[in-house]
Amino acid sequence: MAMMCVVVFTLSGAGDPASRFTEVGHQLMCVCGCGQILLECNHVGCPSSDGMRNELMAAIGRGDSDSLVEQTFVQKYGPTVLAAPTTAGFDRAAWIMPFVAMVLGFGIVVLVVRAWKNRPEPAIADGLHPSAGAELEQFREQARKETDL
Amino acid sequence: MAQIGNYALLLALALSAYSFVAGIFAIITSGEMSERVGETARRAGIVVFVCVLLAAVALVTAAFRNDFSIAYIFHHSNRDLPAPYKFAVLWSGQEGSLLFWSLLLAGYGFVLRLRYKTDPRLFAYASVVMAGVQIFFLLLVNIAANPFGLIDGPTRTDGSGLNALLQYPEMVIHPPMLYLGYVGFTVPFAFALGALIMKYPGEKWIRITRRWTMVTWAFLTCGVFLGSHWAYYVLGWGGYWGWDPVENASLMPWLVGTAFLHSVMMQEKRGMLKVWNMWLVFGTFWLAILGTFLTRSGIISSVHAFAQSSIGTWFAYFLALTFAVFVFFFVKNKDHLRSEHRLESLISRESSFLFNNLLFLLLTLDVLWGTWFPKISELVQGNKVTVGAPFYNRVAVPVALFLLLLTALGPLLAWRKTSFESLKRNFKWPMILSVAVALFVMFTPQSWGSIFGMRPWKDISYFYSLMTIFLSSLVAFTVASEFYRGGRVISEKTGQGMFASIVQLTHRNTRRYGGYIVHIGVVLVMIGFSGSAFNQEKEMEMGYGDKMDIGSYQLVCRSYTQDDNANQFTEWAILDVYQNGNKIGSMTPQRIVYHASNQPSTKPDIRSNFKEDLYLVYEGQNDKGQPVIKAHVNPMVIWIWIGAWVMIVGTGLGLVESAPAPVTVRAPRVLGRATPAAPVVTGD
Repeated sequence: MAMMCVVVFTLSGAGDPASRFTEVGHQLMCVCGCGQILLECNHVGCPSSDGMRNELMAAIGRGDSDSLVEQTFVQKYGPTVLAAPTTAGFDRAAWIMPFVAMVLGFGIVVLVVRAWKNRPEPAIADGLHPSAGAELEQFREQARKETDL
Repeated sequence: MAQIGNYALLLALALSAYSFVAGIFAIITSGEMSERVGETARRAGIVVFVCVLLAAVALVTAAFRNDFSIAYIFHHSNRDLPAPYKFAVLWSGQEGSLLFWSLLLAGYGFVLRLRYKTDPRLFAYASVVMAGVQIFFLLLVNIAANPFGLIDGPTRTDGSGLNALLQYPEMVIHPPMLYLGYVGFTVPFAFALGALIMKYPGEKWIRITRRWTMVTWAFLTCGVFLGSHWAYYVLGWGGYWGWDPVENASLMPWLVGTAFLHSVMMQEKRGMLKVWNMWLVFGTFWLAILGTFLTRSGIISSVHAFAQSSIGTWFAYFLALTFAVFVFFFVKNKDHLRSEHRLESLISRESSFLFNNLLFLLLTLDVLWGTWFPKISELVQGNKVTVGAPFYNRVAVPVALFLLLLTALGPLLAWRKTSFESLKRNFKWPMILSVAVALFVMFTPQSWGSIFGMRPWKDISYFYSLMTIFLSSLVAFTVASEFYRGGRVISEKTGQGMFASIVQLTHRNTRRYGGYIVHIGVVLVMIGFSGSAFNQEKEMEMGYGDKMDIGSYQLVCRSYTQDDNANQFTEWAILDVYQNGNKIGSMTPQRIVYHASNQPSTKPDIRSNFKEDLYLVYEGQNDKGQPVIKAHVNPMVIWIWIGAWVMIVGTGLGLVESAPAPVTVRAPRVLGRATPAAPVVTGD
């Protein structure tokens, strides 16, 4: 899983120039009101998507960077043309909040687990010697098999 | 019809109010009088169902009789609408769907009140809660969104017709399934709140509601996947999930409900997580209502939200009220919910459930946050932003992968404590086999198929797909090993074959092994999702004989034509499909314009097999009148639908009563020699 995090971080910014049209086109929305990703908008007689796709193709043909293409579209169509919030200004909150929730959530679960582990064990009647170690493990395994729990 | 419907709804409201007030009176008083009043409250609740059913029948009858004096019928039906869709009129608009919601709620209440003898006192509390929720929905259909309102001016000769997107067979079953799921979560919530209010001792209420929750969850699962299937087969954009707010609204209660189904096991077996489960039940119910609020208030724009009005305020008040009531009783009685046991080890089934719940909740929060963020952004910075698929894919997919890892780990962990040795022993072979599968998929030549040759370093989506395949294999192999190990024990004891032993094992603990089958269904769904990284698409204007190559297919336009009937105008293309030079069939993507509503819609043609879908969309015509065809090749999609079925089958199996297991009891040892074991069948 740690490896997964590293790879995700490394690959997040990667981009094959040949597939840039598809990649950037999936980061933009059609502005006709259909609420679909630009390259997925298929509704009959859409007044916007064809023109937007041509503009995108032209921008990539000119060699504009991804961010420049996105800026150009935002200037022309407004911020809702981007399919996801940016990483600037208040939009950052959209990205930060899930991360904060995850850290907080894991923190709370770890605290709960520790608190539960630290609870005093129930007292055992005098003269009884509870099983421990390998013997206890063996009993548990047996109980698990026999009860299917 | 309008009058019958209106009177039935008014009577239902009055009876619900009586059931609520009399139910409370019976709970807080005692004696013979109290019992009698309680019985009348129960019976009033039963009659509510009859009244709401009558109203629903009146509305459907009005649709069949083309009674366009009723505004709702005028706006959602027309004379030439095929008969099955006249039934669908009931839930195709705002007012009708609220009536349908009321009907389902009354139906659940009807069953609940008939089964009151299971535990009369707890059922009395639950019945009052159900009546409270019922009052809200009946107030809506009586005052704010009356389906029997009459049209202004002279009666029209024909209606505006049903929404074009809803004229599809699946639409006759998708909304009922989804609503059965949404509404059904009211029942476990009613029991939970009842148990909390009366400080119900023990976990019996959990056992009573287990079946309700599982059935409801199965309906919601069915509804979500049917919706997804409908989007794939009707909307024609080549995908099955768009992270639209309305789709998200159905996903959120499903996620929390799934978390509840897991964590409830901890309460049943170990007496732990009582507070948590209470909140999960409430959260599931509350999110189901929130989803309805989102769909209908118009507060968040969505392509699905075809039923918008001002009733959002009603829902907002209701959400606030239910929250306040729940928090009040929770604070008042929370001491009753103390955990009975301590956690012994971090490596245990208990802690895996804790992390499982955390991940389900994180997913829910991510979806909730993404759904609401456009509105929050508008309030904070004055302009809306779009939160679409790229956001959810980045935020939710890694959490879902962690969840898949836990799905693999969980069954291998024992309650209370698991040793590293035991974990290593049980995990070794599933891990080796899963790594082998991942390596196979990674290094096999791409010519074998779209999903092969997944080089994770090439693209982040390939990496996610490979991880999905790896973790799905891990889940599948751990589940298989659980069946194998359990089957082997029975086989050794009884001498039966392995298959018969596994069947017996499953029959002995249907809940556990049904759950594993649900996990296999999830795995298949995830494998289906993983194929999306390899989707291909192409668009082309196609005249007679024009060819388009996509994936391993070649499409040749044989012809294009059109047809007109009373309900719709249709134009379509006929394309011959070749694969490796051999003709494998013809496909006919269509575009339909419904006369009554004058709404165009596409009807894709899909050729599906276990490897991939060839998905053709008739996008329209060019200036020369030639069809514009968009083709998609979507790998592995069919596994999503198969997986959904497997999930439903697994849930169904979990609902079957487990067979009593024969228990071997050793007779006391006689000095000097051992007595053979005597098998005794117990009822446990």
